[in-house]
This record gives sequence, C-alpha cells and structure tokens, in this order.
Amino acid sequence: MIDLSVRVGGLTLANPVMPASGTFAEGLDKAIDFNRLGAFVTKTITRELRAGNPLPRVVERPGGLINSIGIPSKGVPYFLEHTLPYYASYQPPLVVSISAPTAEDFAHLAAELTRPEISAIEANISCPNIEEDGKAFAMRAASTEAVVRQLRAATPLPLWVKLTPNTGDLPEVANAAEAAGADALVVANTILAMAIDLQTFKPCLGNVMGGLSGPAVKPIVLRQVYQCARTVGIPVIGCGGISTTEDAVEYLLAGATAVQVGTATFVQPAAMTTIIDGLAKFCERRELDRISDLIGAVINEEADEPELAWVAPRS
Amino acid sequence: MSVQTDFSSPAMSDLTELGGIVPSVSPQSESWSASVVAEPVEVLTNDEVNKEYRHLVVRCGEVSASAAPGQFFQLLCPQTGGEQPFLRRPMSLYGADPERRQVEFLYKIAGAGTRGLAVLRAGDQLDIMGPLGVGFKLDPALRHIVAVGRGAGLATLAPLAKAAKANGTSVTAIFSARRPELLVSVDLFQRQGADVIAVTDSESTSGPANIERILRGLIADGRCEAFFTCGSSRLLRVQQRLAREFDISGQVAMEQQMACGLGLCFCCVRDFNVGGEIVHRRVCWDGPVFDMMEALP
Repeated sequence: MIDLSVRVGGLTLANPVMPASGTFAEGLDKAIDFNRLGAFVTKTITRELRAGNPLPRVVERPGGLINSIGIPSKGVPYFLEHTLPYYASYQPPLVVSISAPTAEDFAHLAAELTRPEISAIEANISCPNIEEDGKAFAMRAASTEAVVRQLRAATPLPLWVKLTPNTGDLPEVANAAEAAGADALVVANTILAMAIDLQTFKPCLGNVMGGLSGPAVKPIVLRQVYQCARTVGIPVIGCGGISTTEDAVEYLLAGATAVQVGTATFVQPAAMTTIIDGLAKFCERRELDRISDLIGAVINEEADEPELAWVAPRS
Repeated sequence: MSVQTDFSSPAMSDLTELGGIVPSVSPQSESWSASVVAEPVEVLTNDEVNKEYRHLVVRCGEVSASAAPGQFFQLLCPQTGGEQPFLRRPMSLYGADPERRQVEFLYKIAGAGTRGLAVLRAGDQLDIMGPLGVGFKLDPALRHIVAVGRGAGLATLAPLAKAAKANGTSVTAIFSARRPELLVSVDLFQRQGADVIAVTDSESTSGPANIERILRGLIADGRCEAFFTCGSSRLLRVQQRLAREFDISGQVAMEQQMACGLGLCFCCVRDFNVGGEIVHRRVCWDGPVFDMMEALP
C-alpha cells in the first residue's frame, strides 16, 4: 500500500489533498465521503457579521472564473455553535480559515478559536488591511511579518499563512511569514482580475474586480510555489488551478507538501477524492512507496546562475 | 521524454519493521453513500418542442433518476463554436422516471451553455450532476392546488402534475407565454388530468389584473388551497397579495446565476424576508423552492 501521508506545519495528514477555503461547505458531503480528505479547510470566518459583496459575484472566463464573493460571515458564535460540532464527527483535521481588518483583530480571533476541536489556523492575510489603506497584509513583507507575529503570540495552534499571488515580493513575503513564526504557507490566493460585459459596457462583477481561479492560473501559481518552497524551510501548500492528479503531482514536484483544490470542485464535485485515488495510482506506476518522495523532486540540475539570470534581471 | 529520479526509499517491509507506521491510503466511511452524483449519461432524445424550447431526455443512474419535483441538475454543457462554458449550467428537472432510469429537461437556447446542449444527438454523452436543491413540498392533504408559471418556469412546474395526481390532488395550471405557440407543458399537465388556463401577451390575456381575476375565481370556488409558482415576478406579487388576503400557503421556485450548485460558493444568494428581517439565502442550497411569502420578487 502506498503511504500518502504528509507532515504539514505540525500536522500529519492521511493524504496531501484538502479543499481551498471558500470552496468547501457541509453540502459537499452529498457528493464525496468527507473521511477520505487530508483535511477540512473552512470558509474564511470573521468576527464581524458580513453580508458579502453585491451581485453578480461570479463570472466565467475560458479556463476559470472570477469571483468577488466578499467573505460573507455569520460571525464566531454561529461558527462555534453550528460549524464546529458538525465537523467533530469526521476524522480529518479541521483547519479554520480566518480574516480580520487589523493585525490585532487577527490575533484576537486566533485566540478565540484556539480550541481542541481545531487542528490549525489558516490566516487569510490576502484581505485588505484597514491600517494600511486597504492594501492586503500579504502584499508586503513588513505588514506580513507584523500580522503573523501577533498571530503567533496569540495561539499555540499550527499557523498556516495564506499568501496573495498579487505581490511582486512573494519570496520576501514568504520569508517574513516564516521569520514571524508561521508553521506553513498556503500559496496562493486568487489573482486580481476583471471582466467587462460587451452588451452593457459594465463590469461583469458587482464589485467591479475579483479574483481569478481555475486552470487558467495554474502555471503562474505553480511558479510561485516553486519560488517559495526553495526560499523557506517550512512546508508550502500549493493552491491554484488544481483539477487533476497531474496538476497535483506537478505542484508536489515544484515543492508543495500538500495541495488545496477549489474551483475544480465546482465543476466536478468529486475532484478531491478523484485526485487522492489518482495520486496513489501515480505512485504505484512510478514505483514510489511514499507520496512524500515527490515533494520538491523537480530536476533542474542543468540550470545554473547565468541561465536563470533572465528570470530576475539585475537592475 | 524520460526523467530518471533516484527515489531511494526503503522497501515496504523495512517500514513495517520500524513499527508499522504506514497509514492506510485513505480511510473510508462505512455507511456513506453519494446522494448527489456527477455522471456521464446517454442522450436518448433532444428534440425541438417549438421555436424556442428543446426537450432533452437522458438515461442515467439510480441517484439521478430519484430526483423530485422542483429539484435541479447542473449540466456540463458541450463546447461549441469556440465558446468555452467553464461552469456547469443549472437546469430544472422536467421529469424523472426511477424505473426507466431517465431524467428530462426542457430548455431554451439562451447562451453558450444551452447552445452547446442543442448540438447533442441521441447516443451522445452528457455529464450531469444532481439531483440538487430543495424541491416542492406537496402535502397529500391538499385537494386543489394552483400552478402559475411563465416562460421557462413552466418546465420547473411540470413534475408537479404527476406528483399531485399521485396524491389525489387536483391541479389548475395558469400558464403564461408571449404567444400561444410558445406555451410548453400544457399537454403534460392535461395528460395528468389538470385544468390548464393558457394566457398570452399576444392575446392580451397575460396581464396581472387578468391573472388576479382568474385566481380570485378559483379561490371563490374552493379550488386554490396552495400556490405553486415559477418564472414571473409580477405574477409572484399577485399571488403573495392573494395569499395574504385569503391566508393561503405558497411555494416559489427561484432562479439565480450559480457556480457550484451545492451551497459552497455563496454566488447565488438572494434576499428573503423572514419575519421582517432581510436574510441572504443560497438559491442552490436553501432552495430553489422557497416559501412564497418570504420571497422578494
């Protein structure tokens, strides 16, 4: 039997496949057996009650979709009363995605959620930081370090930090998160995007801009996972356009320790369990006993500095 | 291309000697079974009904064929003419036959998704996902109900005819369309013994005032113990007013743009008035059938 287990930021997962935050809820248990997942990752919760963004919230484009849902949240008491007990009956560890408008609020929320039923916190720091003019925490190393440091002090739970692909400083941001005490990085979130309706000349989304996800973003985020994985010592969880076993393997080879599947579930609700089965078959075919042997196994021994120079030209 | 990698890992037996640390591939629940499936199904027929609507019948598995009136499916529409619909398209159930393992849809060609559906021929495959959502609740104690529909809403109401007949409930259907030749489901309702009142824009019979007059007549005759409606905000308002005046219950099937169909993404929320408070509900998960009095047209 193939060993599909991986160790991610203080947790051992039965397999490296879990949902991406915002694309998973109780309803999916009608289509897949939840006990087969590597972990659960909840929709992002906030302390404040949020209704979410104006409609339309989703528009499709070739190879993906742009969403601007706006993190609707029923707040912490509702989460503790309804959502937590629901997941208690399942085996996979529960990772709770959180968001807040300030570093201090992030810390309060993490402390409030430091409970035995929760296995890890995923801090969604791709959201706007109201103390920095609405710029997402994860856009810069300094604001990343500040929020992760406060989070670290607030909870002993494994702390996963979800980064944004919209920064030009990704390796620096990844380093800052690690230095401030993150146990793992989730790379990445959706890519800021837009679409315009040619009938009405209006933006397709009620919020004008949104985040692009789906197969269209995979090569970009794969590159970012590769960059982060060779920069930091903590595990990187790949998240961007994964819809097949091959996509997941590619991410593992690039250095991801685990993967999150999101948009693919909207098209094929059993995408995650199909990928889990596919990973076992892939290992069998390649005569690997352990999936973890694939992590970072990309071979680029021929590349040397001069050849890579064009990737990041010196100024 | 062949990539050689040295995966020098200990053999399985070595691992077991280290204390049996090899976990199972993936634990499975013993009692779980899928109540929503995404499956490739075979197209049996896909015929034109009139100038706007087509009727699609597929052979499917047991779970899909168990779909109830008011539920829907998400169809992965074929790509045509360079168009690439990425998401599935929600489609009301038009009919389900658990014995023959069939489900039916009635659709109007309106966009990239339905243009793709229109090219399907008998024998082709189509990926359908369902059954989804909360359907109509038909209380067997009801003796007379009224179904009010317009446009594509007639397709959504169609499975009610059979279900009501099975309960011994009589149905009066008020069906609205722009022109008589665009009415659908009339035969289907009549075959199940329903009275069908057709109203159209071209005959100037489809206005809210005329519908209200017809409904008041049915209420006075004791033939309207509950409303079932889909497809028109104007007609929904008329029924809500009458329901309040005569204390009649009602159910409405709502539409909204969807992505996941399973309540995951919160793309398809609508406002509902629940006891004076405006709340967001997911059409795909909390509906698509809702208490008519809570719906905001």
